[in-house]
Amino acid sequence: MYPGGTTAVGGLSLDIPTGQITVLVGPSGCGKTTSLRMINRMIEPSSGLVAIDGRDTATLEVNELRRSIGYVIQSGGLFPHQSILDNIATVPLLLGWGRAKARARAHELLELVGLDPALAKRYPSQLSGGQQQRVGVARALAADPPVMLLDEPFSAVDPVVRAQLQDEFLRLQAELGKTIVFVTHDIDEAIKLADLVAVLRVGGTLAQFDAPARLLADPADDFVADFLGRDRGYRALGFVAAPGLPISAEPTVPLGATPAEAKQAAAGADWLLVLDAAGAPAGWVEPARLLAPITSAELHRGGTLARVGGSLRAALDAALSAPSRRGVITDDAGGLVGTVRAQDVLVEIERGPKTGAP
Amino acid sequence: MNWFLGHLDEVGSLMATHAVLASAPLLAGLLLAIPLGWLARRYRLLRTPLIVGTGLLYTIPSLALFILMPLVLGTGILDPLNVVVALTVYTVALLVRTVSDGLASVPDDVLQAASAMGIGRVSRFFKVELPLAVPVISAGLRVAAVSNVSIVSVAALLGIAQLGSLFTDGFARNYLDPIVVGILACIALALVFDLLIVTLTKAATPWLRVGSPA
Repeated sequence: MYPGGTTAVGGLSLDIPTGQITVLVGPSGCGKTTSLRMINRMIEPSSGLVAIDGRDTATLEVNELRRSIGYVIQSGGLFPHQSILDNIATVPLLLGWGRAKARARAHELLELVGLDPALAKRYPSQLSGGQQQRVGVARALAADPPVMLLDEPFSAVDPVVRAQLQDEFLRLQAELGKTIVFVTHDIDEAIKLADLVAVLRVGGTLAQFDAPARLLADPADDFVADFLGRDRGYRALGFVAAPGLPISAEPTVPLGATPAEAKQAAAGADWLLVLDAAGAPAGWVEPARLLAPITSAELHRGGTLARVGGSLRAALDAALSAPSRRGVITDDAGGLVGTVRAQDVLVEIERGPKTGAP
Repeated sequence: MNWFLGHLDEVGSLMATHAVLASAPLLAGLLLAIPLGWLARRYRLLRTPLIVGTGLLYTIPSLALFILMPLVLGTGILDPLNVVVALTVYTVALLVRTVSDGLASVPDDVLQAASAMGIGRVSRFFKVELPLAVPVISAGLRVAAVSNVSIVSVAALLGIAQLGSLFTDGFARNYLDPIVVGILACIALALVFDLLIVTLTKAATPWLRVGSPA
């Protein structure tokens, strides 16, 4: 793997691309964690070959190999008896960097993963689950290994924190470009994070190895289709950009506008978009029901926002979730650009590539 | 009370001997129990024989063990080494299970993470497993310390001078004062040992005394 070699688990053979995120996903017992652990020889394969950059890992000294591969596990696996800083500095110290340099690097990483430097002297038990997971990632990154293995790193935190960690993980990867192998049982996580997804069956055989969009658009068989679950057509739209959507101008009023101003701006429409002081969409109101100047509490906030240049899925969801059925489109700074109707999104979907391939 | 004030030097000297006879085996026993406990933890097949076997040593009556020692070691009957070795046996008996349990209390994911980062076996044991096993080992050590302080006194029957000599002396002369002083001195010594172990444990486990997530 990583140009030229292969990993084998019961006939499993994968070429994992350098500098990208490959996610191994499958039901319990499909051997995804076993496969991952064969890469750093936590489990020795009984037959077959694991190669990194063309070098057979079995020929390398095992501890040196492991120091060159970052490893993050579900529970963090932090050393409870060491400070956050010492936890992060573990591998640099093993590599003989010297205390000062290792600590400086650990401070740098603390910042990189978005943790308050004041946490450096704390112990792991003093951190929340999400913070501990960030420390786990920082520790794995400490010696700047080219390869990172992540075993369900975000499974043990609540959904809100998980989504945050996933977003930051993608941000970090965009910056660092590591070769990442990521194990999860959560297909949505796989689809969100992966450049390539390997779906494994129980027994460790490969069911499909494809980019997320291909996977959703063209599952190899019933097993993969079932594993992907419902709403595949809709989810696949998340990988289709929507550059050609016709965006209409939307009449708006600022927060604090009077009922008369609102009725005039709406010009007979049932729903009217309200902007906050910064010019960002705040929510919808029904001008006919207004009795006093608009306050934040009266706003209907059900509508999701889509960005210009975002996916068809985001645009369609914005249209479907808005009470006016007009989906709000913003620029990257969050300012209003206009609105789009579901029917326009559908026209765009009909015109676009039928497979959903990006 | 008057008797005590009149024999301060004597009691102090007996107490010092007592402390040495009780603490030296504690350290020696701990040093022996760590590798034995590790073996019991590491190799499933050795676990039962080691833990049950060493545990049974504790059932040997102390007086019998003190008398047996010269035969085994070739020492004189009055040699304090007999007491030290015999108590080391008892300490090992108490601590092998404790050390094994302590090592077992180290979370598996921490061990996995340590190995995955390329920490070698030996260094993992000393830098990760042993420090994390300290709280459990310390609990066993406290029991062993108190037990040692108490068992040392039996050696007075052989004529090895320490606080137990106050009991034999008191009984021989049918005189209560030295007995009471001996008991109180033993209790004081046990408390000092306990306090010392608790203090050292606290110093070795600063991470256990921090608050929860902010």
